[in-house]
Amino acid sequence: MPQYPQVLFKNRKPTRVVTLDEYRKSGGYRALEKFVGGRVSPKEIIGLVTESSLLGRGGAGFPAGKKWSSVPDSAAFPRYLAANGDEMEPGTFKDRVLLHVDPHCVIEGMILCGYSFSASKAFFFVRPSYESSAVIFERELEYARQAGFLGNHILGTDFSFDIVVHRSGGRYICGEGTALLNAIMGKRPNPIKPPPYPTEKGLWDKPTVVNNVETLACVPHILQNGPEWFKGLSATPHGAGTKLYCISGKVNFPGAVELPIGTRLSEIIEQHCGGMTQGSEFKACLPGGASTRFMTREHYDIPMDFEDLKNIGNRLGTAAIMVFDHKTCMVGATLNLIEFFARESCGWCTPCREGLPYMRELLRRIESGEGEEEDITNLRRLCKEVWNSYCALAPGAAEPVISLLDFFEDEVRQHISQKGCPFHAKADH
Amino acid sequence: MLPDELKLKLQKMICEAESPREKAIDVMFEIQELQGWMSDEAMIEAAGLLGMTPLELEELATFYDYIYRSPVGKYVIKVCDSTVCWLEGHQRVIDYISARAGIPMGGTSADGLFTLLPVCCIGYCDRAPAMVINKRVYGKLTPEKIDKILDKLAIEAQFEEPE
Repeated sequence: MPQYPQVLFKNRKPTRVVTLDEYRKSGGYRALEKFVGGRVSPKEIIGLVTESSLLGRGGAGFPAGKKWSSVPDSAAFPRYLAANGDEMEPGTFKDRVLLHVDPHCVIEGMILCGYSFSASKAFFFVRPSYESSAVIFERELEYARQAGFLGNHILGTDFSFDIVVHRSGGRYICGEGTALLNAIMGKRPNPIKPPPYPTEKGLWDKPTVVNNVETLACVPHILQNGPEWFKGLSATPHGAGTKLYCISGKVNFPGAVELPIGTRLSEIIEQHCGGMTQGSEFKACLPGGASTRFMTREHYDIPMDFEDLKNIGNRLGTAAIMVFDHKTCMVGATLNLIEFFARESCGWCTPCREGLPYMRELLRRIESGEGEEEDITNLRRLCKEVWNSYCALAPGAAEPVISLLDFFEDEVRQHISQKGCPFHAKADH
Repeated sequence: MLPDELKLKLQKMICEAESPREKAIDVMFEIQELQGWMSDEAMIEAAGLLGMTPLELEELATFYDYIYRSPVGKYVIKVCDSTVCWLEGHQRVIDYISARAGIPMGGTSADGLFTLLPVCCIGYCDRAPAMVINKRVYGKLTPEKIDKILDKLAIEAQFEEPE
């Protein structure tokens, strides 16, 4: 099995969380001492992160440096950071693993990010099923405070910053940036369509940056070792950094691994997950969570990087790889995905609230053998219409449906002509 | 009526927030620790502490998976029904628990111990099929493991000292 430099997972222990002392021994908090303690200008930090080409690891892949620099110099105070630990995209668990491996990467990253746009407070937004992460994070925050890395006058400077753990009540839409901010404020967490962007008016109408925890965890390492080092970790010439991939489904060793971004899917499955399970042949995968398109055998060797997936009309998303085998009914899988999206619709806008249940009904008919030819036409039409929705949830839901019709049309037609599921809807085998 | 000690704890928590409403979920979680669910009375009292109208709090309580507006059992068993758990046999898990506790999906057992609910991806796809019980996750479920977990919870419930 090829070994690659570990960055976020370099201190990984099999049975416990890395301590603050162990994190420091491995180089942790040196970036904080150098840049915050050393009173380096916040603009320089933003410059380095921008140069490193760090892309958001929460699903959207937005350049992190660009987001931070969009907080206007003249913007109001106080300013806030929200670290997104909501991670509810099906198939995604890399943040859960990271938070249980080395939470101080995230803590240091949050402090450095906050310093870069003069924030004074951050919220670590965490989902209910990650309660163990919340408890660990609260404990480790206290250690960071005791070490002088958080609180008033950090490292003897004018910079004061603290982090509060904010527990979510539990709902998928809370992972959407603007909905997350509504959730923190104790409002019903419907999304808010920009403009203005949260970096201008976010929490309590003050400038707020929202970033995924994995994105933030990369920051101390980028600042310590430089943008060129970060870019050099990639397996492709255009990528940057390592990536936490989380693989599940029909592989022998599902789990989260840290690899150079752009590692080929074939290598990930065969070298790092022990290959397909006994009796399973690779049929398709979702490359980056439920809001991405099914990827077939044709792209089995694809480098798993943002640009490469975009070039084939797909998305790296959260890099959550769900592997399906030849015994999986793709109609059944798509139906299950749309059941998820329909149930998680926040209900705010009509295209999503009404469109997704309609999609679900059409897929249910097809899967149970009641489907008709026109259902395919209507599904395609719905997939276009949900793009009129208020946020990205419904367009994300359309992705697997479109790919089902594009790549597995014969399977769909078989359901219709045979008036039943040729796989007998056997999900578990 | 919420006990005075709890009210004091909640008021302190609310004081420390940027704005009282920020603590809405935390307040409801604390009340649920005590009585399991958010009754109408609890909603009115909590809203008062938070400076919200009962309707504003209702908007939140009815939105979230982990806030309950009707009574639930001591242990709320949520079985994941998203993609990988579906692939790895979540229906067998649901059927097994349903049969064992004698409840349909959405029901509460006669002894008041278990409520069975669905939940979307809990982030344990590498340990599918998985379930979460009162925020604690159990994965790689088999009938034997399910029996052990539910037996253990039932025994723990017996040893709770009344306040």
